Amino acid sequence: MGKGARTVVTLVLFVLAAAGFGAGVKALLATPPTITFTPSSNGQVNIALQTVGSYGSGPHPTWVSYDMCAQSPTVSGCPQGQWVHSTIFQVPANTRVNMTIYQFDSGSPLRNQQLGQVTGTIGNVAKTNGKTFSVIDSNTGNGVGHTFSIPTLGISVPLLANGGTATLCAAAPCLPTSTAYVHNTVTFSFMTPKGSGSFAWQCFVPCGLGWLFGNAGPMQTVGYMGGFMKVA
Amino acid sequence: MTTEQPTPEAKPAAAAPPASRPKNGGGRDWVRILVIWAVLSIAADVVWIKLVGPHVPPGRMSNMAVGAAFDFNILIVMALPVLIGVWVYMIYAIFAWRASKGGPDPVAGKSSRGNGRIESTWIVLTTVIVLFLAGFGTYELIQPGGSGGGQGPSPLWTPTGKSPLQVQVIGQQWKWTYRYPSFGGFETNQLVVPVNTSIAFHVTSLDVIHSFWAYQLGVKADANPSADNVAFTTPLQTGYFVVRCDELCGLWHGSMFNEGQVVSKTSFQTWATRTEAMLAQNTKYLPPFAYSYVPDANGADGGYYPDAKDPYSPVETYGAPAPAGGG
Repeated sequence: MGKGARTVVTLVLFVLAAAGFGAGVKALLATPPTITFTPSSNGQVNIALQTVGSYGSGPHPTWVSYDMCAQSPTVSGCPQGQWVHSTIFQVPANTRVNMTIYQFDSGSPLRNQQLGQVTGTIGNVAKTNGKTFSVIDSNTGNGVGHTFSIPTLGISVPLLANGGTATLCAAAPCLPTSTAYVHNTVTFSFMTPKGSGSFAWQCFVPCGLGWLFGNAGPMQTVGYMGGFMKVA
Repeated sequence: MTTEQPTPEAKPAAAAPPASRPKNGGGRDWVRILVIWAVLSIAADVVWIKLVGPHVPPGRMSNMAVGAAFDFNILIVMALPVLIGVWVYMIYAIFAWRASKGGPDPVAGKSSRGNGRIESTWIVLTTVIVLFLAGFGTYELIQPGGSGGGQGPSPLWTPTGKSPLQVQVIGQQWKWTYRYPSFGGFETNQLVVPVNTSIAFHVTSLDVIHSFWAYQLGVKADANPSADNVAFTTPLQTGYFVVRCDELCGLWHGSMFNEGQVVSKTSFQTWATRTEAMLAQNTKYLPPFAYSYVPDANGADGGYYPDAKDPYSPVETYGAPAPAGGG
């Protein structure tokens, strides 16, 4: 091979290596999209999430996950086609957020029953299928499926699990309007902080099945069982 | 390998020392050095004590914080004269005994063979300093405030003549919760303690190893699963303090922090009584208070644990009894 050919081959290999490195870095830095919510006419922000036992697609189809409605939900829920695989959302400061979570997953007792109580919401209460509650005894019934918790703000809401002989939705997005799969609709409201910042939120049920202690895999991956609430 | 051989034309690397060298380490030199050292050391210590010392972290919010800052200041006040002594001697030697002024031969002269008096003085001085610091450090550990670092469930030294308020600190990925056994064992997100009261933090974990670090209180203690690690402190001022996890405990370790509060004794009593009543419904679902718990290592369902067995208990809540024969 001549000197010119060797030079060309070297350059091509260098470019390929650089491109591979760049692609790797980009993949590592990739985050789910941030969904920005603006207040409705009453000055409040409406957000809808859903939980599903296995996402059903993407790089980890077996992972348990949250899913988010890309727009403020309507009275009948999130319009079809608007569900986005993300757990990062942005809301204004000092604003009331009305959260609706469609809980499609099964559950278990909580590792720490302290998380069975509702904290940090307006009135320290939430509603499951329209019924107000402040505590769930996770050692009875189907237990708790997940929690929606922002530890630094003291916000935590347990999401009642489905169970028994019910057919569970196994791939997102699960449609709340469909009767094919059971789900619990959990609603609550909270005030965003007066100052801006980025606040981590997560589920506190160690539900990453097959992972030692549960809190690895989907439990620590943004886009699955944890994310960020950006307050601007 | 080749070796450069000096050529006949090569000149000596250094000029021969002048015939009349000044005596190294003469009385006047030592007086000067001691005076310079004493003046600079006193000045440095005074500056440190007056200007820097009061601001040394973690501050003055508790007896442990005050103790940590005091110990640090003592170390600095003792270290500064040593540091300044070395610097003064070196700088004095560079200027007073340099070769161009006819200083002593540093390689082959008498100075290179050592000075027994200086060496023995140096060894004695440093030995005294180190032994003093060892004794001082030990005293600081066993002083009536007790240990602040956590020594497991049975600390060697505990606060004398006091019955501390017990507060259990529970770490879990990725938040802290707190139980108050004196108030029915309620568990809450909030860490509130009374001022001028001896506190015994019983630190434990429900999953991996965390470290409870109440920064302004001067308390840091590892949180180990199935273990009780006790650390003491007595808050001296009301106000807020930061609680962080100081042990890398997973990907979201950096999010594991919150804020605690020191309040008056009356306010604490009011808060604790009100919170006990407010959380009563959930407290009855908690396991009975214990100084450590046996958390279940499973995820949401024991059947999916790698060995397909439930290691400790049939449920995934802490405090559940271990089945006979282990898991």
